[in-house]
Amino acid sequence: MLEVAGVQLAPMWLGTGGLTSLETVRRVVDAARPGLVTVSVRRTSDTGTGSLLATLRELGIRVLPNTAGCLGAQEAVLTAELAREALGTDWVKLEVIGDELSLLPDVLELVEAAETLVARGFTVLPYTTGDPVVARRLVDVGCAAVMPLGSPIGSGRGIADPHTIEAVRAAVDVPVVLDAGIGTASEAAHAMELGCDAVLVATAVTRAEDPVAMARAMRLAVESGGLARRAGRIPRREMARASSPMRGRVGR
Amino acid sequence: MRLSVNGRPHELPDGIALTGLLETVAPDPRGVAVALNGSVVRAAEWPATPLREGDMVEVVTAHQGG
Repeated sequence: MLEVAGVQLAPMWLGTGGLTSLETVRRVVDAARPGLVTVSVRRTSDTGTGSLLATLRELGIRVLPNTAGCLGAQEAVLTAELAREALGTDWVKLEVIGDELSLLPDVLELVEAAETLVARGFTVLPYTTGDPVVARRLVDVGCAAVMPLGSPIGSGRGIADPHTIEAVRAAVDVPVVLDAGIGTASEAAHAMELGCDAVLVATAVTRAEDPVAMARAMRLAVESGGLARRAGRIPRREMARASSPMRGRVGR
Repeated sequence: MRLSVNGRPHELPDGIALTGLLETVAPDPRGVAVALNGSVVRAAEWPATPLREGDMVEVVTAHQGG
């Protein structure tokens, strides 16, 4: 079982961005059975208050606030502090975006914000690049997990370079959560096969033609990939290797 | 007095505390957090936090997001 900062969690994590109604949230959560659900923190003037949080609480799901959209360490730290106050959790998925076109992490600001938040008592789960050196820096400043991207947020391109995820896995001894880029179930399984401990899926579920069916597919894929990882895949070979015995063939 | 609430100009009578503003901006304060001039003000401190001309107030809550 996956354990983050002493808390056991199911390995399928769900983002809620793009879900159209609270009823869909309910049905998707039911199908995904996520270890946690991420939410963003936004001005009440743009959101109305309370309802999403109330629904998630009712479903008994752990809520992980994020700092999505923050462009610098200072903004991310304030957003995390507001999230802690609003949601009553000191866990935060730390996102510090370097530019709004690529939505790639600004890793310098990210490490700085992570260090500040850890010092203020937060359990920090940073969204980061598939870079083992940065991952190690994040763990050095006290992050409880690292969340490398498979490909850019919302792109649905899967894991662009599997070696980066394997390198992050090898570099740190905290949980590795694949975050961003998943487009379909096989890619979530792939993340687990590469050694991730959990997969966060948002757009691939919320903007699927049938979000409820995709939520279930993702949950099964994450479970499958985790099982396959633990079962141990066969090595890749240059040439064929017969699986049936060569002796005793008819007419030989 | 004039202040900024969630980035928009807002007019309030003088001498109003944070609680007075929130009654109109966030009638259901559950799951709501407030920053005044860039610092979080905890819910317990809202009644005793006076607002002043030019203050920047952010009122936030959880929203759907990745």
